Amino acid sequence: MNAVVQAKAESRHLLSGNEAVARAAWEAGVRVAAAYPGTPATEILENIALYPDIYSEWSVNEKVAVEVAIGASLAGSRALAAMKHVGMNVASDAFMTQSLAGVVGGLVIVVADDVGLSSSQNEQDSRYWGRFGHMPILEPADSQEAYEMVKRAFDLSEEYEVPVIVRMTTRVCHVKAMVEFDGERTERRAAGFQKNPQRWVMTPANAKPRLPLMHERDRKFRELSETIDLNIAFPGGDRRIGFVTAGPAFMHVRETFPNAPVLKLGFSCPPPLDKIRAFAGQVDTLVVVEETELLLETEIRAAGIAVRGKDVLPRFGELAPSVLRPAIKPLLGEPWEVPKRAQASVFPRPPTMCASCPHLGPYFALSHIRNLNIIGDIGCYTLGAGHPWNALDTCTCMGASLSMAHGMDKGRGESDEKKHIVAVIGDSTFLHMGMQGLLNMIYNRGNVTVLLLDNRSVGMTGGQENPGTGEDLHGLPAPRVDFAKLVEGLGVRPERIRMVDPYELPTIVKLVREETKMEEPSVIITNRPCSLTDRFERLQPYAVIDDQCTGCGNCIDLGCPAIFVARRETVTAKSGKSKELVFARIDANTCTGCHMCVETCAPEAIVQPQPQNRVIRIQPHA
Amino acid sequence: MRDGITNILVVGIGGQGVMTAAEILARTALCQGYDVKKTEVAGMAQRGGVVSSHVRFGSKVYSPQIDAGEADLLIGFEAAEALRWLPHLRPTGVAMVNTLRLPPPVVSAGLYDYPADPIGDLAASGVEVHAFDAGAIAEELGNSKLVNTIMLGAISDYLPFSAEVLKASIVEGFRAYKPKLADINAQAFDAGREAGHAKTTTHRSAT
Repeated sequence: MNAVVQAKAESRHLLSGNEAVARAAWEAGVRVAAAYPGTPATEILENIALYPDIYSEWSVNEKVAVEVAIGASLAGSRALAAMKHVGMNVASDAFMTQSLAGVVGGLVIVVADDVGLSSSQNEQDSRYWGRFGHMPILEPADSQEAYEMVKRAFDLSEEYEVPVIVRMTTRVCHVKAMVEFDGERTERRAAGFQKNPQRWVMTPANAKPRLPLMHERDRKFRELSETIDLNIAFPGGDRRIGFVTAGPAFMHVRETFPNAPVLKLGFSCPPPLDKIRAFAGQVDTLVVVEETELLLETEIRAAGIAVRGKDVLPRFGELAPSVLRPAIKPLLGEPWEVPKRAQASVFPRPPTMCASCPHLGPYFALSHIRNLNIIGDIGCYTLGAGHPWNALDTCTCMGASLSMAHGMDKGRGESDEKKHIVAVIGDSTFLHMGMQGLLNMIYNRGNVTVLLLDNRSVGMTGGQENPGTGEDLHGLPAPRVDFAKLVEGLGVRPERIRMVDPYELPTIVKLVREETKMEEPSVIITNRPCSLTDRFERLQPYAVIDDQCTGCGNCIDLGCPAIFVARRETVTAKSGKSKELVFARIDANTCTGCHMCVETCAPEAIVQPQPQNRVIRIQPHA
Repeated sequence: MRDGITNILVVGIGGQGVMTAAEILARTALCQGYDVKKTEVAGMAQRGGVVSSHVRFGSKVYSPQIDAGEADLLIGFEAAEALRWLPHLRPTGVAMVNTLRLPPPVVSAGLYDYPADPIGDLAASGVEVHAFDAGAIAEELGNSKLVNTIMLGAISDYLPFSAEVLKASIVEGFRAYKPKLADINAQAFDAGREAGHAKTTTHRSAT
């Protein structure tokens, strides 16, 4: 078993914020935990799964995860839901009402904001949800605090009968730092669901009397914020500027201005306005350093306290020391010039699809077919927008591809008249929020060709399980959804449901051509596993016989990272036109022997140098 | 080193073992009684992207991030990546670089050029550069996966704790989880340590 799982109290460990949250949940006596994978929160549930005392699951989306946690809480169990910032948007319908009804067993929502967009489609500030949903927010600044605050959050949740938000950011989730454990698991008895319709059936008549109670709770939290030991003033000798800050920004402030007084808000919503007023009185200028929106700053200013903040600091991105110095130093009358350094000019290294990625085939097809509007979704296949495919035209949010494609079909403009509308979505995203879009399209007689890229994995976050993989969070066998039956059940005609091996390039090109010409919705389902998961079988690498390569460059168009340009030659054709030939080579260390590129090579220059000892190819899944 | 804090930046490409190397350094520093923070930005790194892992340790570490010009040690698992991160190294810092060249598809496609001599460019900037072919050493030892341990061996004499401490940390880790690989990793560490001493002045990188 994992060393951290077995570790005793008073032991010290190097843990990421996510690992620290998992340990804290276990110690706090959590009985149910649910999440949908999303960077940078994914590892919270992966680590909770290591603790056998906790029931944990990958839910199909974040709303479901929060609802699972709510149900467990109403039964009296402590419960946790974890998600990335955009997951909160999906989940919000559930917690916006439950914060009115309240909770029984402690209910904590851990949200991870991807400040700086390392792997997200937007940057958003989850602290708004605390204000919007009348829920307190705890903001850890590092792993130790994540560990302590998650335990604290459960106590607060039970004491005030409200879901508590723990707001993490990438710089807490993924930073490893020392954590000292101060306890082990405390088992908590769950009393079971106590029926009480006035409390739990949120009809208007029952919900209305909860409103004054919710506002009374807010008042108590405002009082608590003034006295709680999570809001701490650190004295400093240099009182020209005093900082109010929270989360990892606190660490950056201490690093950059070690002698400045700092008021650190661990319990940041609602903020302790009296405490801030008193602190402001002790310094010449009060500066709020918060990631990412100007939330505290607005609230402090509204309380009549003079404050600086986003007038000098950037309104997005991380507030690292390199950002703080040039912004704050001028306020001290100490102009700061960014040190001039010779910036090395090095090519970009954008993320690419992997060797033998089953998405390569569909994108090869899409990049070779004209007159398509290709509506994309969230996943590895978003990379299809990049070189060399340039075959993805939109990416907005989980599941949007099908509904947006339907809308584009219905709202066709002048230039779209002869275009075919294609939606591209992966298995997990389809199950997360895509199914509704397909149902809607069928119901409303739309006409979109859907590419359902089933790679049996949540690829981008590291190959997690979902209802399409046949395994659960713990790697145990689980019922596997049958995508063909599912889409047929939603109303796609059986003739328009096409299963295809994405490695069979001629077949997939032909299928996409055929289906886009149809005047009704069709779904093309691919059936090869993600090449980074255990389900993928690596075979002997291929090589290019240089003498036989004609320089056509077809294999390069596949976009496989194992295929490189060996050399270029410019030749003059009979017509007198000059033409560039691109000769290929295959890197044997990267190639996994999937044979996809062989299909692009007319002169049969791509071969396996040593004949395969087994005459099999990787088998597609059933 | 400044304010008693050691800043080490480990850089390379997703899948090369950058994060593992940084993790070993961080754990070893923790065992030596230091306060430690380690961070990286690697959201989509497994898909061939750039990985940079920051390791900071000392009596008390606040920010996990190493600022431009603040790294004491730059460990480059790939030549152009080392050059990319050169601005993060102090003028008095040390760059330990694997001469491996891994051009990405955008270079292969002719959209960008791979620097002709990244090691030469590093050396020309005035920092102390040690460059060697870690892959060749790994091949000699019969296992290409040893590059990670070789690179750690190479920087082991540039740390505030002894090389023996780092070596023991690596070898004990293998003894606990993959005992068959313990001895070969000990050899790899020693080979790397020796290679790390050769100073590059007018180096021309292997092509």
